[in-house]
Amino acid sequence: MADLLDRVHDLYDELEKHRVMLSFKGGLSPELITVLLGLIERKLDGIEPDARARKRVFNVVVECLQNLFHHNGHLRASTEGVERTDEPHGVVMIARTDKGYSVLTGNFMRGSDVSQLKSHLDRINSLDAEALREWYRAKLSDGQYSQVGGGGLGMIDIARRSGGKLEYAFVPYDKDNAFFSLNVNVNT
Amino acid sequence: MEPLFLEGSPKTPHVRFDPATGLLELKGRSIPENSIDFYKPLIDWIERYGRQACPKTALHVQLEYFNTSSSKCILDLFKRLESVRAAGNEVTVLWHYEADDEDMLEAGEDYSGIINIPFKMIQIAEVGGE
Repeated sequence: MADLLDRVHDLYDELEKHRVMLSFKGGLSPELITVLLGLIERKLDGIEPDARARKRVFNVVVECLQNLFHHNGHLRASTEGVERTDEPHGVVMIARTDKGYSVLTGNFMRGSDVSQLKSHLDRINSLDAEALREWYRAKLSDGQYSQVGGGGLGMIDIARRSGGKLEYAFVPYDKDNAFFSLNVNVNT
Repeated sequence: MEPLFLEGSPKTPHVRFDPATGLLELKGRSIPENSIDFYKPLIDWIERYGRQACPKTALHVQLEYFNTSSSKCILDLFKRLESVRAAGNEVTVLWHYEADDEDMLEAGEDYSGIINIPFKMIQIAEVGGE
């Protein structure tokens, strides 16, 4: 009991130390994403005086949460390794940093999809702002749609608004699955 | 032909398409998870409108936010309007952006570079935030 109560204080300290604005782990639905976005928008209104920075951070959060929702292995960690979930499942944390904001997301994905996503992210990281804009324009007008409409624009848009490099890691989990973590720094 | 009016929501824009005046409005935010569901009726409407379009059509786009899922759908909507214009009608897109929102201005310029319709960029005072 005392142990558990100590952990609450540790959790508070941890969240305070890392200047966490929002942290969530669990199943995601469009309704829940609406709620999370409402929360983060309110917090940004309170702490970020620069409207352009506010918009950039909000846009990155929208794209990151929707990536988490759409590109998701529908798996969660369990004592047996991983288990299937009905809803997309993942973790998100949004924190302030010395230079701006950090948007962290994580989810399980199929191991066989890792190399394709990795090369997409590496290509994005190799391009400067002007080249990213050109690539975005070319992809926007290529007439190809994903099932929900985005057609591969999400990560490019995130990188453009971040203004920095995308930080990512893939941790192999079991023979079929990997855990994908992404950190997007939005410098203001 | 029936007008198309939709109330805005936290994730979808307010829509006001009036076939009698040729005035079309898309206003608010467009950040739904599945944009195709939302935009298909709008795109179909413009296709029908094209058969009996007003000599002058003005589409006002005033978005505070739109996600990448919406961006291709918005392009599709412009493409339907391009056909309306190609049929000999006057069509203009009025792209509104908030004074500090350079990203939104750039997005409008990107569309105007892809679509064969005259765009007018209109700077407005900030409407978001408080």
